[in-house]
Amino acid sequence: MQTVKKVLGGKFLVTVFSILLSFVVGAVFLAAMGISPTEAYAKLFSSIFGTTKNMAYCVVYGTPLIFTGLAVAFSFRTGVFNIGAEGQFVVGSMAACVVGILVPAPSVVLIPLCLLAAAAAGAVWGLIVAFLKVKWGINEVLSMIMFNWIAYYLSNYIAGLEAIHNEGNAEATKNVQDAARILLPQSMLDALCPAANWGIVLALVATVIIYIIIEKTTLGYELKAVGFNRSAAEYGGINVNRSIYTAMAISGALAGLGGAVQLLGMGARISIFTSQEGFGFQGISAALIGASNPIGVFFAGIFYGALKYGGSKLNLIGAPSEVINIIMGTVVFFIAISHVFKLPTKAKKGGKQ
Amino acid sequence: MSEEKRLDLSTVVVEMRDITKKFGDFVANDKVNLKVHKGEIHAILGENGAGKSTLMNQLYGMFLPTSGQIFINGKEVRLDNPKKAIEAGIGMVHQHFMLVQPFTVTENIVLGMEPRKGLALDMATARKNVKQISEKYGLAVDPDAKIEDISVGMQQRVEILKALYRGAQILILDEPTASLTPQEISELIEIMHSLTSDGKSIILITHKLHEIKAAADYCTIIRLGKYIDTVKVSDLSESELASKMVGRNVTFEVEKPEQQPGDVVLDIKDLHGVDYRGVEIMKGLTLQVRKGEILGIAGIDGNGQTEMVECITGLRKATSGSVKVNGEEILNKSARYGFEHGVSSIPADRQKHGLVLDFSVAENMVLQNFKEKRFAKNGILQKKAIWDFTAGLIEKFDVRPRDCSSKPSGTLSGGNQQKVIIAREVSNDKDLLIAVNPTRGLDVGAIEYVHKYIVEQRNKGKAVLLVSFELDEIMSLSDRIDVIYDGKINGSMSGKDADENTLGLLMAGGAL
Repeated sequence: MQTVKKVLGGKFLVTVFSILLSFVVGAVFLAAMGISPTEAYAKLFSSIFGTTKNMAYCVVYGTPLIFTGLAVAFSFRTGVFNIGAEGQFVVGSMAACVVGILVPAPSVVLIPLCLLAAAAAGAVWGLIVAFLKVKWGINEVLSMIMFNWIAYYLSNYIAGLEAIHNEGNAEATKNVQDAARILLPQSMLDALCPAANWGIVLALVATVIIYIIIEKTTLGYELKAVGFNRSAAEYGGINVNRSIYTAMAISGALAGLGGAVQLLGMGARISIFTSQEGFGFQGISAALIGASNPIGVFFAGIFYGALKYGGSKLNLIGAPSEVINIIMGTVVFFIAISHVFKLPTKAKKGGKQ
Repeated sequence: MSEEKRLDLSTVVVEMRDITKKFGDFVANDKVNLKVHKGEIHAILGENGAGKSTLMNQLYGMFLPTSGQIFINGKEVRLDNPKKAIEAGIGMVHQHFMLVQPFTVTENIVLGMEPRKGLALDMATARKNVKQISEKYGLAVDPDAKIEDISVGMQQRVEILKALYRGAQILILDEPTASLTPQEISELIEIMHSLTSDGKSIILITHKLHEIKAAADYCTIIRLGKYIDTVKVSDLSESELASKMVGRNVTFEVEKPEQQPGDVVLDIKDLHGVDYRGVEIMKGLTLQVRKGEILGIAGIDGNGQTEMVECITGLRKATSGSVKVNGEEILNKSARYGFEHGVSSIPADRQKHGLVLDFSVAENMVLQNFKEKRFAKNGILQKKAIWDFTAGLIEKFDVRPRDCSSKPSGTLSGGNQQKVIIAREVSNDKDLLIAVNPTRGLDVGAIEYVHKYIVEQRNKGKAVLLVSFELDEIMSLSDRIDVIYDGKINGSMSGKDADENTLGLLMAGGAL
């Protein structure tokens, strides 16, 4: 148990250190552009922590990233690399949008239906890739990148269909019915921010469920065994192919839910894409920063969301908000290379055997 | 043979003095001394992890000692890379050969030191050179054969020639007999003697005692990184050597009471199947194992034994034939199906098939049983039950360290990993136990232990199928022996009547 704490503590320290270092790197870039880093960071932090509204927005921005982060983290733990969270997010979002526009029903029915549709769409998107992998051994990373684009164009196609296209606005779908929205009650919206929604609660529930699945259940055991060592799992009598399907379906459903939460909470409609929005890819960063631990991912998602929101305000002082991408990129980079610094201890361990 | 050889002790070619090598706080070599004379075969004996390879890697320039000195031909050297070691006349044949499979023997031997004509390779000269040294040392090879087409024994000769071609005067052979047939082993020993009579010196890393007896003049023993002793091999018996190696008395004899085998448990009939390339590798295998007996399968790697075991354990589909356990057909069904109908197994590759190395020892203990009621309720793992179960097995099977329940199994030593697998498989209490190379890479103490448990299963009335490339193991444990050659059983004998020569002949495809 002590070693477990040590490892977690070590990881936490690495993360904090990586974040600090990344801000230094960001500062170097800012300075190189002739912008005062202190001024920019002051603006960034005040945009994040300045008011309740700001903080609420940070949480709202972070919510979808918790879902895609969980999706990617879950896939990491079960031995597949879900780089396709982007596409699953998009189809999930679109499924929720279609249901949210077309199905006349009260909130109690409509919202669960939207979420279900989104989870199902994301799961199917993941399952197709799993099928290609199991059946013909097609590397999931390749097919997922392709399926991200298929989702992208599919979403644009559906958004243009008459039944859901917004006639007045050529660039987006109609808004989903108000009954489909998951906003908090008006009084709380006034106190927090206009986009404050139940998504964060759903994200918390998802985090706990995924944590339990991974750590406590036979299902998680099976999936992890396949992820760590396919051959041994098969030797032990675990149905490896079924595990790959299950893992991809759960991972895809999580990303799909992220899409629904973003839509029903924030956007209310889907715009015609002109570029990938990146929620899925940002989920990869969240998963890495959170060390693929669901609880870590929860906080990493909010951290990312906060920087995204705070970063969007940097333009106000003439600093490019892209500095956030530099910071996030370097955080992941430092975390990824942190094992390099651990090598000596590992070598020692190896020798002891 | 070696006892009669007159060894000239006046010329020391290698001396390693007080070699200490630390990795962090861990001391892999602690003031180890080694002295090798011209024309000597010097064995380095030690258990796994004793520091043999670390010592030799320092001699071959893979890394520098933390402290201590190395002298080659009386001159102190600093070997900070293998190139320097090669220049100093040291050659090393690694356990896993470093050959380019699609290249010819000649191309492999001259690789990196090719004779040239202008810019072009001069293969004619290369071929001539290779022929010359191969004749000089009696190491017959076909210079034009491709590596992928020649036997493991031949490949080893190529490795030795490669070292000699680079001017090696001192040859390090790392576990050279691991994958050789008995005939190939005795040929190798002959080659070693012919090399030493030509003035070369050989350092032989091994844990096989009878090979040391057959080949080596002197033997340096290392235990837990510490130098124990250097002895004249002819002065000590095998069990004396073993005791020095492990630091306590070792028995090689396994207690195996006579017993009458019972009903047939495993019944394989006319099994046909292909290997991963789609080439037919099982060509009508037929064998039976009864309750209370150990059937040993002797054979050289690649004759279908691996595929046969994969068919029994449900990892491979056969093209035709039948595999029955207790009368139930299990061929071409899942691994789960076989397990539920009485198959347990100690797989050949414990790190690939036996264990999920990133899982804790406790998690590995329930790899097949985690869904059983005692370990899981409503899909939730019962951690306490699993940990209690594991604690019992760790105690009973002497897995070390004792507090390893929640440690990743990858952190255990090879022997203890094997104990975890054995504990799990034995506690499954199935009628059939398959053990494939169950002691590969283990040290004497662990081997003794594994053998004890396999025989115990037989004594308890289980049917045991033992597949091993170690003939000693097959001969000492088996009640009956089937020799597999080219996908078929090429001959059978009782364990008591077996001798190495007959087995070796059958393994090479000969007939009695």
